Amino acid sequence: MNSPSASENTTATGAAGPAYVETFAPLSARRLLALGGIALILVGMLVGDIFAVFVLHQNAAKVAESLSAAAHAAIAGDENAVVLSLQSVGSFLENRGTKVDTHVHMIAFGYLALLLGILQPWVALRDSTRKKVAWLFLFAAWLLPVGVFLIHYVGLTSSPLEAIGWASIFADFGGGLVIVATVAWLFGIARHFRRMPRTPLEDALLNDRSRSGRVLFAGGLALVLLGFLHGAYYAAFDLYRHEALDYSLLSELSTAAGAQNATAVDSALGGYGQLAGEKAVNIATHAHAVEFGLLAMLLAFFQPYVRLGESWKRNWAWVLLCGSLALPVSVLLELKLGLFAGGIADVGGLLVILALLAMWIGIVRYTGEIDAARRFAERRRA
Amino acid sequence: MSAARRLLILGGIGLALVGMIYGGWYAVFAEHQELDGIAGALTASFTAAAERHAAVAQSALERYRERKYDYDRHVDVHGHWIGLAMLLMVLGIGLDRVSFSEQAKTLLAAALVLGSFLFPVGVLLETLDHGSVPRALAVAGSALVIVSLGGMILGFVRAQTSN
Repeated sequence: MNSPSASENTTATGAAGPAYVETFAPLSARRLLALGGIALILVGMLVGDIFAVFVLHQNAAKVAESLSAAAHAAIAGDENAVVLSLQSVGSFLENRGTKVDTHVHMIAFGYLALLLGILQPWVALRDSTRKKVAWLFLFAAWLLPVGVFLIHYVGLTSSPLEAIGWASIFADFGGGLVIVATVAWLFGIARHFRRMPRTPLEDALLNDRSRSGRVLFAGGLALVLLGFLHGAYYAAFDLYRHEALDYSLLSELSTAAGAQNATAVDSALGGYGQLAGEKAVNIATHAHAVEFGLLAMLLAFFQPYVRLGESWKRNWAWVLLCGSLALPVSVLLELKLGLFAGGIADVGGLLVILALLAMWIGIVRYTGEIDAARRFAERRRA
Repeated sequence: MSAARRLLILGGIGLALVGMIYGGWYAVFAEHQELDGIAGALTASFTAAAERHAAVAQSALERYRERKYDYDRHVDVHGHWIGLAMLLMVLGIGLDRVSFSEQAKTLLAAALVLGSFLFPVGVLLETLDHGSVPRALAVAGSALVIVSLGGMILGFVRAQTSN
């Protein structure tokens, strides 16, 4: 089908009445973006969970060991060992950084896909163009994180550039394609706003006021605000103190190593590890509260297309919100409660994944009831 | 489409583009160099400590501090611009659920868009100027975001109670 966008249509009489709007047909741009977006978020969260359980703590321990080895090599006056140990620190940090970036970019692109899916009625492009741009966006949204994930393993092998390897080049190319697709949507939206007169839009997604949608929207807003308040508190009271402490502990470490004082080196290393933990939990709490809040708000709009019973939709909404609150709160408590809080955080993440999977299945099961009812009403009106 | 909704949605898409273009530029032209600088400074400091050159070690650590300070902020700016852009768009789409007059909604939307742009700009300017002006800009931007978001929540609660 190569018809103009629904947002360009008028009613059968040609009057500027409510237009046919976005349907949710299989392989329509909106459905592609909704299913592709939720799949990206699901895989991104699974990557995050696997990373948290199997890589994060082990990696942090290796970084600490290598830093300690560098400091003790400095005490012994062994420059080569210092360089080798710090190269290991760099390698472990790169490994960690690329895994985090993979997790974050998959989820962020998933959110963007959901958002663009909701915005489809305002995109004044042909259906076939919108589908192509949706495919392009989804391809690029996978290419970037996969490229970033491979950076640590591919390195600079056969690279034509001095500092950037092939995996990085493909990741950057993916980022470029995402920008191209986003600009195309923006062009479509600008085109819609330039059209005069514009027909009013009707959209089941925006008009929905179901219980599950309201629960998700309200809970999401509250989570975003909590995340912002925590971020503001951290920036006001801890951020600059942590930055100063980072420098002073490293300075202490370097001075103690120069003075061959092993006890002071170990004490500074202990402090540095504690500081790294404090920074990590605060940043993770802020980021996860805001991101889960946004996710809940986005999913609120897609509730009409989740083909599950009303009570099940409500239950999954609450499961998602409970997991979304449990994870950041438990992460924040990890320094005080240790592994117990870490376990609760993992369960919270799992709850979010389960609820998301249930909603994804519900959207796959949707067979067009809302679209059919609207078409029927339109025909009767005409 | 109301002015408030248009402001939030177009402002959000624009901000997302700014954040992505900035992130792309940073990844290609600055990130690797900055990370190499951080690693190099740390290595230089510990190597100097091994050679018992305390002054050289301290000077290398100063370089480390500056590079790390810049790196953290560059990454934060990218993340916050895109995160806030998404929030703007979601709120724009769901603005019907906020029970305020059009004028109040436009005011809240304008404050939210302005705060979402200024807060990361303030953080970015901190890499150029360590004085209080960029910090004040970042604080003002984040305060605008929090206050206007609080306003939106109030409007949403009003809509629920009136229903």
